[in-house]
Amino acid sequence: MKALGIILAGGNSTRMKSLSDKRAISAMPVGCSYRAIDFALSNMTNSNIQTVAVLSQYNARSLNEHLISSKWWNFGRKQGGLFLFTPTVTADNSWWYRGTADAMWQNIDFLKKRHEPYVVITSGDCVCKIDLSPILDFHIQKQADITVVCTKAPEWDDISRFGTVKIDPDGLISEFEEKPMIAHSNIVSTGTYVIRRRKLIELLEQCNAEGRYNFVTDILIRYTGMKKIYGYMVDSYWSNIASVNSYFRTNMDFLKPEVREFFFGSEPKIYSKAQDLPPAKFNDGASVHDSLIGSGTIINSVVDHSVIFKNVFIGNNTVIKNSIVLNGAYIGDNVRVENCIVESNETLLSDTSYVGDDQIKIVVENNTRLGI
Amino acid sequence: MSSKEMIAMLLAGGQGSRLGVLTSDVAKPAVAFGGKYRIIDFPLSNCINSGIDTVGVLTQYQPLALNTHIGIGTPWDLDRNNGGVTVLPPYERSDNSEWYSGTANAIYQNMKYMEAYNPEYVLILSGDHIYKMDYEAMLDFHKQNQADVTLAVIPVPMEEASRFGVVIADENKRIRDFQEKPEHPKSNLASMGIYIFSWPVLREALLSLKDQSNCDFGKHIIPYCHSNGKRIFAYEFNGYWKDVGTLGSYWQANMELIDLIPEFNLYEEFWKIYTKQDKIEPQYIGPDATVGKAIIGAGDNINGTVHGSVLSAGVVVEEGAVVKDSIIMKDTVIRKGAYIEKSIIAENCVIGENAKIGIGQEEDSKLNPKIYGFGLAVIGDNSVIPANVTIGKNTAIRGVTDQEDYPDGVLPSGGYLIKAGDQS
Repeated sequence: MKALGIILAGGNSTRMKSLSDKRAISAMPVGCSYRAIDFALSNMTNSNIQTVAVLSQYNARSLNEHLISSKWWNFGRKQGGLFLFTPTVTADNSWWYRGTADAMWQNIDFLKKRHEPYVVITSGDCVCKIDLSPILDFHIQKQADITVVCTKAPEWDDISRFGTVKIDPDGLISEFEEKPMIAHSNIVSTGTYVIRRRKLIELLEQCNAEGRYNFVTDILIRYTGMKKIYGYMVDSYWSNIASVNSYFRTNMDFLKPEVREFFFGSEPKIYSKAQDLPPAKFNDGASVHDSLIGSGTIINSVVDHSVIFKNVFIGNNTVIKNSIVLNGAYIGDNVRVENCIVESNETLLSDTSYVGDDQIKIVVENNTRLGI
Repeated sequence: MSSKEMIAMLLAGGQGSRLGVLTSDVAKPAVAFGGKYRIIDFPLSNCINSGIDTVGVLTQYQPLALNTHIGIGTPWDLDRNNGGVTVLPPYERSDNSEWYSGTANAIYQNMKYMEAYNPEYVLILSGDHIYKMDYEAMLDFHKQNQADVTLAVIPVPMEEASRFGVVIADENKRIRDFQEKPEHPKSNLASMGIYIFSWPVLREALLSLKDQSNCDFGKHIIPYCHSNGKRIFAYEFNGYWKDVGTLGSYWQANMELIDLIPEFNLYEEFWKIYTKQDKIEPQYIGPDATVGKAIIGAGDNINGTVHGSVLSAGVVVEEGAVVKDSIIMKDTVIRKGAYIEKSIIAENCVIGENAKIGIGQEEDSKLNPKIYGFGLAVIGDNSVIPANVTIGKNTAIRGVTDQEDYPDGVLPSGGYLIKAGDQS
């Protein structure tokens, strides 16, 4: 156990529009069977990181419901464990988390009490499968102060959402720009960092003393060129879901055979909370093509090029195309859904139509299900 | 150890030989059901849903799959500090070591387990049936009647009653007489093999009959209690209860799940059935797939045609393959162009390209017509069927087969191929 893990799962983003009204971004359902944070948690546990702290403040309840038992990710052992840290009022602090560095600083006692020499910091809203062990080895071998895991941003994504970096031939990061208006590089930080635990404590305390609160701008960028900050390139699938567009694209990516093979078909697996739902059921009238279907879903009609999550009901003579239907939605008879994200537990009344024309439409109706 | 009001003893040691090659390598309670479950999930889930948190599972025949499935009972919340699930295999003693020789003998050999919890009542269950039942309601009935023994009974059509052990009860539901598979049944109340005993009564009966060979509840313990004037009551159950002890009834019970509104509904929030779930990935239905009237498991990859079938998790159906009116279990692969009709294909099999299974006229099985009937083709765990062969109805196959095993590429109806032994 060389490292402990910290998952930054705090924030909200206006780019998620109404999707983050209900839950934290890290608790967003992804790929039918998962929540976004499952990827970070599984990467940690699959890399033998057994102590993980999740730092959250925006709609922490949604995340708490998902993390209520830590056994699904093989945490909850005598050695290590899964911790959810939300801001608390203490004798010397009454603030919310004022930034990522502040979130860690407010939990600095946890960092001080642990004995693991390294810390892996990652974010809870990325879909990826990354073995962290070779990155730790790289960090140790380079005697780096901080290692930033980097990747090429997906071509379709908006690079100005990310931190862009330039990496020297020897692996040192020479330039780091956070959310640049005009990006000078398509290499982005994945939001995963490796750092010595003592170094992190030192930097956080210094940062706090100076009244600075953000890990990226106040630590990474300020120290670029001063400290040994290395970039470690990862070229497997990586996507950040924190915008409506990328959330939609990421889910649709699972329809590609190579993405399914990478996440579902090969070890190690991504884990999630067990739901004990029956298998999906197809009745006569079902006509499903190029789609992912979650457990407990019942289908009576046409579904094409879509991702249907768990426990969804789809009525007769309905057509669902190029859409995402989240957990527990009920879609009546004669409904048309095209280019949409249907919110979880939503009820779409019969004889209705929902079409996103030039952009993805988020369907939130708040209909009552009684009487259907 | 704090004592428990009621503990359950689940008899899961039987082979279930009428399921043929399906139980060659696994005990009947470990046979897959309904695209996700194993038969034992139903009594185990019933236990935890009824508030029973102490369950002894008695195993004997081929216990590996069962042990792996049960583990420490986590899927059923039966991983407890006090109680929980305990697997109870037969064991060696300094004097007379023996196998479990009958249902009651198996319970007798685990007297110490029951004594450790010092329960007031003991519930005896078997791992043979598909049903949802509240054992707590049955216990209330037992207490109300100040019964010594309560049998769960279910009304069956009078013409079928002769297949069961039937009970004759008075208007107060007290049982006055028994008939075992009677030619002329005097009642249509069939015993479900579910008993609640007041612990002192069970203990006394087991000790008195400890030298009875093949000691059995139906044949020995219940008649013994009856002859001693114990208060034996019939608790009538009117829900769905399905015996899946034969290939025909097993196939039928699976097929009933794909009805538009099945009589046995797994899609209700209430009274969930829990199981060990190894696959949580979603299923993918390909661009050229046709899927109708079917249950499709997690992580399946369907590119062919599936109709009227129940597919477990991790099944692959390649392009052009057709699966009709069949049960396909976990991780089986159906290669391109294969055609499968009215078949039961167990776990981890590979069906070669363009193979045809379940074809032609029905013929009596040459292996065992009592087991292999109903027009079903049955293929055991880990079997391989080569490409381009044709397999008839009422057939049984087990093991890795190749072209040479099929003269002219055909296994005719009624034929069989058993290539795997216990050790291979």
